[in-house]
Amino acid sequence: MGLTKEQIAQRISKELKDGYYVNLGIGIPTLVANFIPEGINVVLQSENGLLGMGPFPEAGKEDADLINAGKQTITTLPGSAIFDSAMSFGMIRAGKVHLTVLGAMEVADNGDIANWKIPNKMVKGMGGAMDLVAAAKNIIVAMQHTNPKGESKLLSKCSLPLTGIKCVTKVVTDLGVFEITPEGFRCIEHAPDVSIEEIKAKTAGRLVIAEDIKAVAV
Amino acid sequence: MSINKVVASADVAISDIHDGATVMFGGFGLCGLPENCITALVKKGTTNLTCISNNAGVDDFGIGLMLHNHQVKKMIASYVGENAEFERQLLSGELEVELIPQGTLATRCLIAGYGIPFVPVLAGVGTEVAEGKETVIRNGKEYLIEEAFDADFAIVKAWKGDTMGNLIFKDTARNFNPLMAMAGKITIAEVEELVQPGELDPNMIHTPGIYVHRIFQGSDYEKRIEQRTVRKSN
Repeated sequence: MGLTKEQIAQRISKELKDGYYVNLGIGIPTLVANFIPEGINVVLQSENGLLGMGPFPEAGKEDADLINAGKQTITTLPGSAIFDSAMSFGMIRAGKVHLTVLGAMEVADNGDIANWKIPNKMVKGMGGAMDLVAAAKNIIVAMQHTNPKGESKLLSKCSLPLTGIKCVTKVVTDLGVFEITPEGFRCIEHAPDVSIEEIKAKTAGRLVIAEDIKAVAV
Repeated sequence: MSINKVVASADVAISDIHDGATVMFGGFGLCGLPENCITALVKKGTTNLTCISNNAGVDDFGIGLMLHNHQVKKMIASYVGENAEFERQLLSGELEVELIPQGTLATRCLIAGYGIPFVPVLAGVGTEVAEGKETVIRNGKEYLIEEAFDADFAIVKAWKGDTMGNLIFKDTARNFNPLMAMAGKITIAEVEELVQPGELDPNMIHTPGIYVHRIFQGSDYEKRIEQRTVRKSN
């Protein structure tokens, strides 16, 4: 038993710093918003054109004109700002967004990421993912360590079409926390009840175990 | 007298959109869609359209209605999930699709409206999006050259507009609307509330009327919600 989705999100929330502007992708990344540490003020960016994304509305207060990039109904907060899609990606491209958290199908040990297409099977499109990974300085991937077949998603080379090259800085999976380094995936934390042997067995890419590895605090 | 761009209806506004035209549609998901014009285009039955829009609607709403009616030859979008008919037409080869990164899509609209023919972007470098594209290297970094869109028509939806074509959008229904409004050779705006010149504060205008050629008061907006999410009650 590794980390739950909530625990992955909770671990990523520890990367937030006061004053950060943050873009959270769909899926586990969205959950990070539920674990923002006390005393840390961050502004959530939704790439369809909103800074200062608030929680879901109360039942009956949903507004079709106010959604996030996952098309979910949301709210604004005091201090929110709304803009068009070009400005939204302009601020991303210009490096104003401090942290991007997104999901992935595969990550390579050089920081390549694939998360938008399975040839002849799934063609949903890249949405804003390619723009985000090309521009953001700090990209954390939140995902399961293995696919439903049990195969590693941490690879030496992505097999699926790439979303971006050499861009991921950190990967948080149900098994642990991994930095992307010139030596490959550097495991700095392991899930409390997951052994280093299991991590080694389930990581296909180059893997280095940090000397001071510790258990994820959840 | 001021310039008056008002047309009577959606049917009139889209009457000269011809078979084979390239048409932009504002909106993100189902948010901020020009519902009235889409309905009118479905009714008119215009075919072989190249549609530029961030998404392709869902099976029974938005651009999905035109797909269902086999009016779309090519779709240019960034994300096309949640649409089974789209996927079927794509996999069967009936529909041509060009997927492009969302920020690139927005920027190609923006530069069309700013009179800039092309722009270097990082998004897509090293991926299949880069295939066949011209590149440029600056300070050791490789960029793709992306062209301004060249669309015959742009159809947008605004919250308020005046008879001169000045537009104000509401909340995240803004999204691609002001960008596409700038990018069309002919831009059609449908608005929830059409007012007289002077009723909108000039400081609050998002799209100046110079970019808009036709405007009309829309009606019967369904404003469908794709993912209805609410707070958990305690």
